[in-house]
Amino acid sequence: MKISREIVEYIAHLARIELTETEKETFREQLEAILDHIDKLNELDTTGVEPMVHTLRLTNVFRGDEVRPSLSRDSALGNAPDRSEDSYKVPAVIE
Amino acid sequence: MAELYELPGHQVRSKILSREVSSEEVTRSVLERISKLDATINAYVSVDAERAIARAAEIDSRLAAGEEMGALCGVPIAVKDNMCTLGIPTTCSSKILENFVPPYQATVVEAILSEDAVIIGKTNLDEFAMGSSTENSAFGTTRNPWATDRIPGGSSGGSAAAIAADMAPLALGSDTGGSIRQPAALCGVVGLKPTYGRVSRYGLVAFGSSLDQIGPITKDVFDAGMLLNVIAKHDPKDSTSAPEPTPNYVAALESDMAGVRIGLPKEYFGEGLSEEVENAIRAAAAKYADLGAEVIDVSLPHTEYAVATYYIIATAEASSNLARYDGVHYGHRTKRKSDLIDLYSRSRSEGFGAEVKRRIMLGTHALSAGYYDAYFIKAAQVRALFRKDFDEAFEKVDVLLCPTSPTPAFKIGEKASDPLAMYLSDVYTISANLAGIPGISIPCGFSSDGLPIGLQLMAKPFDEERLLRVAYAYEQTTDHHLKRPASIA
Repeated sequence: MKISREIVEYIAHLARIELTETEKETFREQLEAILDHIDKLNELDTTGVEPMVHTLRLTNVFRGDEVRPSLSRDSALGNAPDRSEDSYKVPAVIE
Repeated sequence: MAELYELPGHQVRSKILSREVSSEEVTRSVLERISKLDATINAYVSVDAERAIARAAEIDSRLAAGEEMGALCGVPIAVKDNMCTLGIPTTCSSKILENFVPPYQATVVEAILSEDAVIIGKTNLDEFAMGSSTENSAFGTTRNPWATDRIPGGSSGGSAAAIAADMAPLALGSDTGGSIRQPAALCGVVGLKPTYGRVSRYGLVAFGSSLDQIGPITKDVFDAGMLLNVIAKHDPKDSTSAPEPTPNYVAALESDMAGVRIGLPKEYFGEGLSEEVENAIRAAAAKYADLGAEVIDVSLPHTEYAVATYYIIATAEASSNLARYDGVHYGHRTKRKSDLIDLYSRSRSEGFGAEVKRRIMLGTHALSAGYYDAYFIKAAQVRALFRKDFDEAFEKVDVLLCPTSPTPAFKIGEKASDPLAMYLSDVYTISANLAGIPGISIPCGFSSDGLPIGLQLMAKPFDEERLLRVAYAYEQTTDHHLKRPASIA
């Protein structure tokens, strides 16, 4: 399928990735080539085939509702780029 | 007498247990080897010599005190740097995780430590395990020990190169589309991808969650079985961990192939396969026939759709998994002043490399409104056809035999600017991930340039026992796995 510059910008926005103008063009060309190859799947008639999203025949793995040890607040926050006491710190969301 | 660093893991273990050598001596020998070679090979992202030596000394003293020791008693092991190690940086070879120190231990890491292994360091990979050459690492390409101008394969290129260059007796890798088997093939070592669900993924940094699987990369088949014994078990912390019982994988190793049915999938011997690789694979098949196996032709008719199917499913899962890198909870945060949305997109743009961005973009597109049915659902349907292909083949044969990679190791940079060409080099390994079946690559010869060639065997889900037995039988009659790269001797 044809990939336009606008589609690349839209995908980048959805994926929360900022692209330079050069990257947009490179990705446009590369995604087009890859999706061309992927269009090969349309040669196959898959009418009525149940999609397989998982290879194990597992359903609903439950465990008992018991309190168990978990990460301390300090170690959970240990890798935070910025924190304020017991919270992650981010730029203001509402002006 | 062989140097200590040259020995396979099971021999190291026996020598330590019999007190012929100490774990500290072996660990020091391996560390010296690393300091001699790794400036050239770049197999490791980090080596923690001090911690490894202290750990080895502690194991030696427990052994001396007569304690009951674990199955990996004192054996050094390299761990791919996408498995969380408590208190030890885990980077995924990405700038976005450059300073990440896990607050918890991956289940596999806990398993090897509880069996008294000595972690020697963390190995290089394509960023987030996305790649087939280890060129996508943010910390430099790993070089193939057999020819240092060539790639070691990927994404577990660091682990495979470390084994091939005798910089570790044992290693762990992870395999989403061939990332254990392909580098094992290109580096002339053994690499086993277990059945999906056989080994816990808890603490493995997620790439494609329905495809990812951890497995051993080793010098021989016995070591692969020995390491699988340690890591294969049900884990309540991973809801996709399989409850099936685990046999003792080394107890069943034997050379008798009588009554074993081996299938050659004809689609794996077509266009794109190098003649030298094909000859080596066919010679291995003939060897199996000599050993008493019945070798027959089979068909996996959807093979030509494997790359297309995989690069939708794997990238879709990746785009979702990697949404967690937001510059807020952990990992890189942009220094540029920004609002919250910019904080996300700038942190991600600065932190991710080109291949990761490309796959996130592809996966995001495949999951986006208007394209979800055409791409993701379509690929998931074709995936069901792959499983059916294998189910039907395994009604006729016990094991499938084919190449691991269509060519030996290619040159560094050769495919770097053409992502599709790189993806197509995974053609023989990704079907096993799509179907969730186990596969192993073992050395089966060399090209005229002296580059290793890998033989891939695949088996039914949870039939690692038979897979290892068939691999072992071949290894017993050949010496390819004993050869060492001359360039780094």
